Amino acid sequence: MRNRKLLLFAVPILLFLAVAVAVKTAFFMDDSLSYKAPVAISEVDQTPRSQALEDQAEAQAEADRTKPYEEAEYREVPVVGSRTAIWVISQLHLLFAAFVLAVPIFALIIEFIGYKTGDKRYDALAYEFTKLLSVSFSLTATFGAALTFMLLALYPKFTNYLAHVFSPTFLPYVLLFFAEAGFLYAYYYGWGKFSPRVHLFLGLMLNVVGTAIMLIANAWLTFMTSPAGISESGALISTWEAVANYTWMPINIHRIIANVAFGGSIAGAYAAFKFLQAKTDDERAHYDWMGYMGNFIAIIALLPLPFAGYWLASEIYAFSQTMGLTMMGGAFSWLFIIQAILIGNLFLFANWYLWLGMGRIEGAERFRPFIKYLLIVVTLCFAVWATPRSILATVDEVQSMGGSSHPSLGYLGVMSAKNTAVNILILTTFISFMLYRRSGKIPTVSWAKKGNLMQFGIFAAAAFTVIFFGVYGYFVEAAVRIKFSIPQVLSVLLAMILVSVIDAFMLRNAKTTKIRWGRISPMSQYLLILLAVTFTWLMGLMGYVRSGLRQHWHVYGVIRDTSPGAFTPTLGYATQVVSVTVLIFFALIGLVFFLSGLSGKKSFETSKDPSPARTAQQAGFAAASGAVAKSDSQISGGNDSSTGGGMQA
Amino acid sequence: MKIGIILLVVAAMALLRWRKVGMLTWIAAWLLGIFVLIRFGFTTPVPMSVVKLYMGILASALIAYIFSDAQRQEQVKSPLKAFLTEKKFAPLLGLVAIAIPTAVAANIYFDMTSPAKPPAFGRTVHPAPPAQINVLETDFDMATLDNPYRHLETDDPAAFQERVANGRVVYYKNCFYCHGDLMAGDGMFIHGLNPIPTNFQDQGTLPILQESFVFWRIAKGAPGLPEEGGPWDSAMPAWENFLTEDEMWDVILFLYDFTGARPRALHDLEH
Repeated sequence: MRNRKLLLFAVPILLFLAVAVAVKTAFFMDDSLSYKAPVAISEVDQTPRSQALEDQAEAQAEADRTKPYEEAEYREVPVVGSRTAIWVISQLHLLFAAFVLAVPIFALIIEFIGYKTGDKRYDALAYEFTKLLSVSFSLTATFGAALTFMLLALYPKFTNYLAHVFSPTFLPYVLLFFAEAGFLYAYYYGWGKFSPRVHLFLGLMLNVVGTAIMLIANAWLTFMTSPAGISESGALISTWEAVANYTWMPINIHRIIANVAFGGSIAGAYAAFKFLQAKTDDERAHYDWMGYMGNFIAIIALLPLPFAGYWLASEIYAFSQTMGLTMMGGAFSWLFIIQAILIGNLFLFANWYLWLGMGRIEGAERFRPFIKYLLIVVTLCFAVWATPRSILATVDEVQSMGGSSHPSLGYLGVMSAKNTAVNILILTTFISFMLYRRSGKIPTVSWAKKGNLMQFGIFAAAAFTVIFFGVYGYFVEAAVRIKFSIPQVLSVLLAMILVSVIDAFMLRNAKTTKIRWGRISPMSQYLLILLAVTFTWLMGLMGYVRSGLRQHWHVYGVIRDTSPGAFTPTLGYATQVVSVTVLIFFALIGLVFFLSGLSGKKSFETSKDPSPARTAQQAGFAAASGAVAKSDSQISGGNDSSTGGGMQA
Repeated sequence: MKIGIILLVVAAMALLRWRKVGMLTWIAAWLLGIFVLIRFGFTTPVPMSVVKLYMGILASALIAYIFSDAQRQEQVKSPLKAFLTEKKFAPLLGLVAIAIPTAVAANIYFDMTSPAKPPAFGRTVHPAPPAQINVLETDFDMATLDNPYRHLETDDPAAFQERVANGRVVYYKNCFYCHGDLMAGDGMFIHGLNPIPTNFQDQGTLPILQESFVFWRIAKGAPGLPEEGGPWDSAMPAWENFLTEDEMWDVILFLYDFTGARPRALHDLEH
């Protein structure tokens, strides 16, 4: 027994020693067999080898002296390649630029509302939005500079061509950029230092200059898609025609609206981030309101966005059938299925947030039963919008369908169905918003019942118009069907305007109930963050489609891309690049949120005593949230505030 | 649609309504009911990719419904909490704990033992044409190309009908073997073809295409397809090698005439 134990102990040691000896022997053998250079003989000065090396060096020096100058066409970035590198940088530049252009638009409007109504809360809110601008502006400029350098370094020939066409626009661009910096910092640092009118004027000028910058940059990129003002060989004929090319104005309109939607959602995410960090009820109330306003701005801008997008797409189709088919029926069409899912989610999240928001309003219970029906409509429209025309299917499935489209569901894959779905989706979201708005208000006018009936009738008429043209679209040719989108859009827009006007008159002197700002499920705040992420993803995805449509052209049909990255990447790779870009953006926007929040932090030196800035901010929250019932909020963990019509948009 | 399946789902829902079941049961019933409707309610089965898409949307909607109201949230949470914590459910919980890995294992088993199939493939049905094509030594600009005989439809109906009749002859001599007698993509060669030929009766083909596109597809066939939507294993020949230009335009007139579709008009390129 003892011997066996000893054996168990000794065997592994012996095995280990045996392996070690074997390895050592193997290394020794390898070392002894490998080539050894002979010992250098220093006495010999000239050998054939050293002579050859000297000759080689001389030849190299001669070649360097007489090397002709050749302009590089492309340069490569290691590992990821030039195409992906410039893609990520330009997308990041665009995301920050969109935010920097959007925030002043709605900050100015909110400040103006505060100025006209005398309600200081709006002024405080506009200032809080503007606080996010200065760091974002620096990041926009940094990425802009990086993009310019990368264009010069990686695509010198193409950049030179763009300079050939657009050099007259460069100086105005730089001057406008200087002006934007001046107006932005004067607007931000001058808050409360100038008279309200002067300050509003600064905000207005900031918007004018910012929009002008965007228009110039849009000219460059739209020229690449739909060139104009040049000869067949690409020689410049008219800079203005190159600027006002076929897709310039559709992009301008689409971007202004999309920027506001995106900016509102990012501001909403900031408020959600602060809400979730909030320590007091006043803070929660303030950031709940700010989040609501950010989301309100995003959704109001989102509603007309599909129309602007549709216009842009139809203009691209009109400019080039090839590009139109590539986009909607060819290589890029699958991205539109992803787009439909993302936009469907945006609408779902937006409605969900409004329904959750009803929980903070007294008297909202009466509208709760409607949520079920609104959700059914939203879900049906979402499903129709996401239904692909050409379905991802196995061979068996294709054979049983008799093609790549389903005999029944195929009808939902064409534009008639899509346009109908999106219009009804917009109308439903607007109804959700109207219900939310109505939750805290009870009309007192004598014609309230008739007013409600009129509003119902308008909604029904708009829905009927949309569905009628949607169904009729199946029976007419494509050129006529495309035009049906106009009455569909107009009926929805008209319905929204008419219902809002009736509402404004009907809710005059309405009885208001309490809105308990801050008393809302944390789920709502995650929804705000999710909305911002979805908006950003969508921008990245659609930005890729717009740019990638040119395929192997720098300037479509004029300057061909002959670089190694001229191919159209696979959908999987494209979505990965977009997702990584979105991740980088949110890491950076997290930094923006952190830096913007530093001003309210406790002083390092006097961490035990609240700093003057912190004290002032807390006082601001209390004023901004209009806190009235502290004792109640302490019990309930929320904050009661009287609506007074002020906080509801 | 299969009426029997629809009625079955509606009856099940009505029964649940009559029994006044809880929120959790309703959620399960919606998921199951809609799945049955989509998967088995259509005469032509719906591909799994679409079933998954719809079920994902439905699941998101149901989550939104539950979590948009504290009361509903509680109605779902409390039975789940009771199931997980109360002693009386312990045997059932044990069964569920065993059933989940068993279901996963069964899924893997059936997946591995079923015959191998080619993966689902998203085919680009309407690949983008090039800006310019060369057919029978003539260059055509795709942006402006139109059927040269389309105007006869209004200008000279008799001549138009003659062209259509010629197109009919061309079609039944060359195309119907694959595209079928009635142009439904179900010709006699279909069983040997993958992907199957285009179904011209489908409203998503001829009406959304300009005649220039159809001309390009006929003239260049599978060999002329771009790489963007590959792999192209279409059996469509390049008909420029067998037909004249006029024959190709005539057969296009016949395709539209026979199906009653109107070609997509050229866009007005004015600013």
